[in-house]
Amino acid sequence: MIIAPFSMGDSPVHRLDPRVRVVASTAFAVAVALTRAPGPATLAIAAGCALLVIARLAPGPLLLRFARLNVFLALLAVLLAAAAPGDALWALGPVTFTETGARMALLIALKANAIVAALTALLATTDASELGHALWRLRVPPKLTYLFLFTVRYLDVLHREFGRLRAAIAARAFHVRCDRHTLRTLGYLVGMLLVRAFDRSERVHEAMLCRGFSGKFPVMAVYRLGGGDAVFGLVWSVIVVAILVWR
Amino acid sequence: MDAPLIVLEDVCFAYDAERPVLRGVDFRLERGRRIGLTGANGSGKSTFLKLIVGLLRPTRGRVCVLGEERRVEREFLPVRQRVGFLFQDPDDQLFCPTVEEDVAFGPLNQGRPPAEVRELVTDALAVVGLEGFEHRITYRLSGGEKRLVALAGVLAMRPEILLLDEPVAGLDEAAQARITATLCGLRHEMIIVSHDQQFLDATATTTLHIRDGRVQA
Repeated sequence: MIIAPFSMGDSPVHRLDPRVRVVASTAFAVAVALTRAPGPATLAIAAGCALLVIARLAPGPLLLRFARLNVFLALLAVLLAAAAPGDALWALGPVTFTETGARMALLIALKANAIVAALTALLATTDASELGHALWRLRVPPKLTYLFLFTVRYLDVLHREFGRLRAAIAARAFHVRCDRHTLRTLGYLVGMLLVRAFDRSERVHEAMLCRGFSGKFPVMAVYRLGGGDAVFGLVWSVIVVAILVWR
Repeated sequence: MDAPLIVLEDVCFAYDAERPVLRGVDFRLERGRRIGLTGANGSGKSTFLKLIVGLLRPTRGRVCVLGEERRVEREFLPVRQRVGFLFQDPDDQLFCPTVEEDVAFGPLNQGRPPAEVRELVTDALAVVGLEGFEHRITYRLSGGEKRLVALAGVLAMRPEILLLDEPVAGLDEAAQARITATLCGLRHEMIIVSHDQQFLDATATTTLHIRDGRVQA
């Protein structure tokens, strides 16, 4: 299982310091979430798309990611346009779609796409372990950081364990039906996965004790800010401030 | 003659009081020895190794490691600095995202400075024949590579004794040969748990068996 499909690339974005990317994407997401007008939202989506172009991500998976997001947004837009009060734009039987509702839906769609574009370009291009170290350096509470790093490390192990269990039940002719047997089997599958995960966590802890673990994690990686980080930081700050001021 | 490195006297252990796993184990590891240990599944081989480093405590009997009796956690801490334990499943042992960090974990815990740790990591990877693997992602390694990286993580702590739990189980012939060659190139005293008699003939000086809760010749 590949956890971060966009992280294995080389582009000016991939070369940015992970800490800069975490801070930049967080600031951007907050600023965009606060906007209330289509103008700044358009600026935001332009900035997000520009980053995606610079990051040179594979177009196939990228389109799929945005397609999923927009299917969800389309459902939301329909509900919102029908529920918001205001001048009727269009009536379908008893349901009226209002102009205010349509505007709000459009704004939400712009904002959501802008944030996902920026997060994909900045954070999805970071390797999970780099992201963990960046969080650590940014003084995110160590417990959260290590929860994240352990999750990344063991997701694949658990995924394979799940695969083995599923293969084992499939090998004995199990297939999903709509009955109690299916529910019970799936329940056992999830339960067994939890039990095994728990056992593994104990073994991991024992192995850590054997190598002198005493509750503190030593970190070796060193990051240095470079010229690219400075240029990006400056340009990005201007965009974020512009979005915040314009709103 | 030197005192033995590890002595177990009349050691008993039970996970479940009804069915004790070890029932009066007497065992010695002398200097210059590499002991192979075989036994049926569930006979207590892994339990035996865990008792030596204090991951489990005996219900009866004495555990002496490196010349001192060890009873409580505090007394076992120095043991874990000097006795390297290779786990059966390398996925249990490799928990850092990158190879370098994982191999560095032990030496950093020992409080060594980063510059020295970097050297230890390079050396340990060279010993297991994985030069240049520093920045590889641990979960993307093959089974054999994982085992070798786990061994490097143990060796980087510069232990005096190695406890190896099934070091070649589940590996293909090429990977087994690499582990065998690596172990034969080391000078440590070892206890090697394995089912593979050929592998033990190649790596151990003596083979013992765990049977009926005791270690026998």
